[in-house]
This record gives sequence, structure tokens and C-alpha cells, in this order.
Amino acid sequence: MKIHEYQAKEIMKWYGIDVPNGRAAFSPEEAARIAKDLGSPVAVVKAQIYAGGRGKAGGVKLAHTIDEVKYFASQLLGKRLVTHQNGPEGTVVNRLLIEEGINIVKEYYLGMTIDRDSARIVMMGSADGGMEIETVAKEHPEHIVYEYIDPTAGLQPFQARRMAYRMKFPEYVISKVAKTMENLYQLFVDKDCSLAETNPLVLTADHRIVAADAKLNFDDSAIYRHPEIYALRDESEEDPKERDAAKASLSYINLGGDVACMVNGAGLAMATVDLIKFYGGEPANFLDVGGDSTVEKIAEAFRIMQSDDQVHSVFVNIFGGINKCDVIAGGIVEAAKVVGLKVPVIARLDGTNVEAGRKILREANLPMVHAMEKMEEGAELAVKLAAETKAKLAEGKEA
Amino acid sequence: MSVFVNKDTKVLVQGITGHQAKFHTKIALDYGTNIVAGVTPGHGGEMVLGVPVFNTVSDAVEATGATASIIYVPARFAADSIMEAVDAGLDFVCCITEHIPVLDMIKVRAYLKGKKTIFLGPNCPGILTVDECRLGLLPTYINKKGHVGVISRSGTLTYEATYQLTHAGIGQTTCVGLGGDPVKGIDFIDALEAFNKDEDTYAIVMIGEIGGNAEEKAAAWIKANMKKPVIAFISGRQAPPGKRMGHAGAIISGGMGTAAGKIKALNDAGIEVADTVAQIGETAVRVLKKAGIYDECHTC
Repeated sequence: MKIHEYQAKEIMKWYGIDVPNGRAAFSPEEAARIAKDLGSPVAVVKAQIYAGGRGKAGGVKLAHTIDEVKYFASQLLGKRLVTHQNGPEGTVVNRLLIEEGINIVKEYYLGMTIDRDSARIVMMGSADGGMEIETVAKEHPEHIVYEYIDPTAGLQPFQARRMAYRMKFPEYVISKVAKTMENLYQLFVDKDCSLAETNPLVLTADHRIVAADAKLNFDDSAIYRHPEIYALRDESEEDPKERDAAKASLSYINLGGDVACMVNGAGLAMATVDLIKFYGGEPANFLDVGGDSTVEKIAEAFRIMQSDDQVHSVFVNIFGGINKCDVIAGGIVEAAKVVGLKVPVIARLDGTNVEAGRKILREANLPMVHAMEKMEEGAELAVKLAAETKAKLAEGKEA
Repeated sequence: MSVFVNKDTKVLVQGITGHQAKFHTKIALDYGTNIVAGVTPGHGGEMVLGVPVFNTVSDAVEATGATASIIYVPARFAADSIMEAVDAGLDFVCCITEHIPVLDMIKVRAYLKGKKTIFLGPNCPGILTVDECRLGLLPTYINKKGHVGVISRSGTLTYEATYQLTHAGIGQTTCVGLGGDPVKGIDFIDALEAFNKDEDTYAIVMIGEIGGNAEEKAAAWIKANMKKPVIAFISGRQAPPGKRMGHAGAIISGGMGTAAGKIKALNDAGIEVADTVAQIGETAVRVLKKAGIYDECHTC
């Protein structure tokens, strides 16, 4: 789970990490009021969206007067901000962070995440602050320093010191930097983070170490332990279909194409998306219905898939291990009754109770449903029928 | 022969009184798995499906001599259950539970250091040695006895691959589902090493997916050590970066963990990778023929 920068900064503040003074604003008037309260000669107006790359996309402005703050706020609020991370559609800006300007001497990068190989939290740092760490890793891997943290002992002061020296902080702030690292580590483990990052972490003219930007991501599996974090969720940042799917315990990811896929198991769901593409189609989604499907769940999956006008066929690819093919087939019949089938459905069912499943589909005799025995033939047909549906719709529009 | 578990493995089931555990314990017993005990705190002294239940793993081990455990326990209690099994000195422990917090698994991995237990999972379909032993969720009817080992990060792809092998007349020794979490127990190399030593296994099918670098490392290990043919498949060629594809571990981040990178590493190690999920069986047949071991592997 992600949260906004202003929320991440608030949490960092609880943990004793220095952040610029500032507050969230939801209107230009509020922005102006906050800037007035801050009373600093320069204020920063920052668009609050989850995607990174806001600066380059014009989502961060420097204001020298209260009027300027108000002007930038009115420009940004409601604007669709397109960064290299959030795709061509971008994200609408609904909230801003209004902050005091800080006098920056140098920018650094500090981050923590999970290292799969060592099964430890890894701390990463670099003197190349402000740049994307992926870019630094690619172009100057030697500019990044790492500390792997023993989970039983936790981050030790010597590691933090060593890291601070290797990041080339001046001597007079080494202990301050080390303390910031220890605080960030404590936050990471207390709140079950999957990523904690400040980029840039800045050294100011008055010798402060300040998190000028802040990003915290949390482990979805551990969120039950942190209701105060869950409460920070911003639903407007979520894809409505992905949100509906999550409510029905379906794992759904929008991929933008026109051949919808309904599959059991994450691995097979990914492989099915690949298969559609292999046959020249454009997959509309990744959808894993999970291991214990019910008729209702399958019907809901159909509702979500078909809510997209762009979908021109549905490929059902089920291998019943725990799932039973008769339940899936029952779900398709139920979906036809309750939701209605708007586009051709190609169903490949195999595994547990396959004969019963195929029989249910045969007897229901649904004109939109094509039962296939072979996966690759099913995928090919789904791609072909999607193209036909699309052509028919285009004809209809012209007529 | 087989890897990790066989007909002599004495299995205990943690969380045996739960609904899912009962369902799968029944299937495992019917399959001939030597289940000797169950554990659920507060249920000691009860019987489930003819299996005696104990309050603690240590009690169960003391009374029955259990050597392996399968854990069906909800996510918030799972890490504790794994460590209880490791503490009891079991040889092999498997946990199928999904959504265990990553920091809990980091603790488990630290706890495993220096212990003899081999840990499989979590968030995995389990392990099945054909006609001998079943821990976890794997459907039993798709397997036929033979000489090919299967290793996979995904449940349904394990079933799909096994089914295609059986369909092509290629039987199996053991199917190992590694699981889809970023921090887990044994990985490809551990399973490959075991299959490499197993005299009954002549070839291995490995199924990977996007995220992490376990497949790349396995490719290098295979090139240096493997004496038997390996057939591979990687899912997630079309996965967009930054999106978690169902499994917590299946995510491309910072340009790392892409399917293309994994396929290239495998190809560079001389391993044939099936183009699509539908071609795993036929690719296996082709590789076995090329290696001259198709006839021995054609067991069903």
C-alpha cells in the first residue's frame, strides 16, 4: 500500500526525522492560509499523487509570495499530471503539500527495502541525491552504498556511521545522519514497510539533515497490524475495477487491451496474458479468481471484466486443481443470467470435474459461449473473435 | 527414489482441525501419505480423520517420531508455527499459507540459520512424491510415476505442467512448488541440487516467473553443475513494470526481474524455454528425445 508524501513526512516526524514545516491543502485558499502560517520567504507547492517523477512533470512549484502560492495551487488542483510512472492517462491532483523552502547545500539519497537474496532489510545510500536511484544504479553502480541489516540485532550504530561516511557527508553532521538512519529503520520495522525512501535527503546551510521528499510503501500482508496506516488510503488513486475486484477477493490488474482473461492461479493468469499476446491479441487484464471459487465470485468477475467497453472477448482459462470445473461452468451460466454476456466467451476448462463442467456449459446452450478443450486453440479463438467483435462494433457505429 | 519426501516420511499436520487442513489431510491419507500426527493448540487428545492431535509440535514429535510437517495455519500465526516446527528438529517443513508479512518471513529465515530443517514455502502448493507422499494442495490424479522432476514458483502452473507431462506419457518423481513470495525457504538451486543427486530423476522441468533473480542464479548453477537435461518456462512476458502480478514476489522493479532477462539467462546456459504455457509438454518431449532419454522417460 502507498500513501502520499505529506502523510509519509508526518510519520517520519513521529520518528524524529527532520522534515520541512508544511501541511496538506485541498483548495487554493487553504494553500494560501498555510503559506501565510509558515511565514517563510519561499514556499514549495507540491502536487500529492502516488506516482514519482512529479518534479519533471511540473507538479512542484516554488512560490515567493502568498499570491503566487494561491496561483500555483489553482493551477495544479484538478490538473491531470502525467509523469513517466503513471502512464499516458496521468493522475488528477486533488491535494497539495505546502511547505517552507529550505536552504539546500547538498542532496543525497537514502532508502530501505527488502533484499530477497539475503532475506534482510537493505539500506541504500548515495551522494547522487535527487536522481532516480534506478538511473544511478544503472549508470554509476559504484555510487551506491549498501548495508544489510541483521534482523535479530537490528541496524547497528556502526553501520549507520559507516554508511554516512561512505555517502561522503561532512564530518560535522555524521552523527545526525546516523541518527536519521536509525530512526528510519525503526519506522520501517514498526510499520511493516516494503519501501522507505527520502530522495533527496538534504544537508541545509544551517547544518540540518532534512527529508525534503518522502516515500513510504507498506507490506499489504501486514496492513492488518496497522489500522492507522490503512486509514490513510486514498481511494481516488486506485483503479475502480481493481478496487471492486479486491473487495470480491479477486486479483485484478488492468492492462488496457481488448481480450479479457479469467484464470485461476497467478502463474497461469500471467502465462495466459502472455499467450493472448503470443497469438497477436491485446490482453485487457490479469485476473486470478483464486483457489476456492464460488459461482457468485465468477459472476462478479464477469461483471468487472465486462464493465470495460473496450473488452471484445473473454478467455476463461481454468485448470481445476482445487477449483472444480463444474463450479466455474456454473459461474459462467450464472453470469449469463445475472450480468448478461455482452461479448463472446471462450472457455477452456480442464482438471477436476472437467466432464461435469463441460456438460453444464453444453446443456445451458449459451450462444455466446464457446467451449474449447485445448488452451492454445482457445486463446487463438479469443483473439480472432475479439477482432470480429471490434469490426462489427465499428460497422455499427458507421451505420 | 525421490526428493525431500517419500513413503517413509512421517508427517504431522499443523492446524489439522481447520477446514482446509481437514480437506487436504483426507486427500493425502487417501493417497497413502504416512500422516502420524496433527497439532492444534487446545485440541490435544482429539482425533481428526483417525489422526491423533497434540497441543504442541514437540509433544507430537515425541509421541510419534514425526520427521516432517505441513502447515495449514492462518497468516498471522504462520511464522510462529514454522519456527515451532524448526525448533522441534523436523527434517522437512512446508507451509502453504499466503499473505504472511515479509518481516515475519525475514525472522523465520534468520531462525532457520544453522538448523537442519529444509523449509519449503510459504504461499506454495506444496510437494508431492508420486504414489508416496503429498504435503499441501497438489491434486493427486494428474501425476503418474516416472523420472522427471518438476519445480515451480506457481501452483496452477505446477498442475498445468504436470498434466501436460502425464498427457505426453512422461511420468514424474517429485513435484516441488516453491511458492510466490519474495522471501521464502528453498529456491530453484536447492531443488535442482536434490534432483541432480536423485538417481531416479532423469530430467527436470522448471517453471519460473517475473521478479527477483532466482531463475538467473539457477541458470548459472545449472551450467556449472547439472548433469541432467532441464526444460524451462517463464511466465510474465507481458507484465508491466511496477505491478504485482498476484504473487507478492512477481513484480518487475527497477528494470530487474523481467521475463526476457530470465529467458536469456536460461538460453545462455543451454536450457530450452517453452514459448508458451501450452507448449511445456511438447518442449519436454523434444528435449528428452534430443538427450536420448525419451524412451526411459516415457513411463505412462
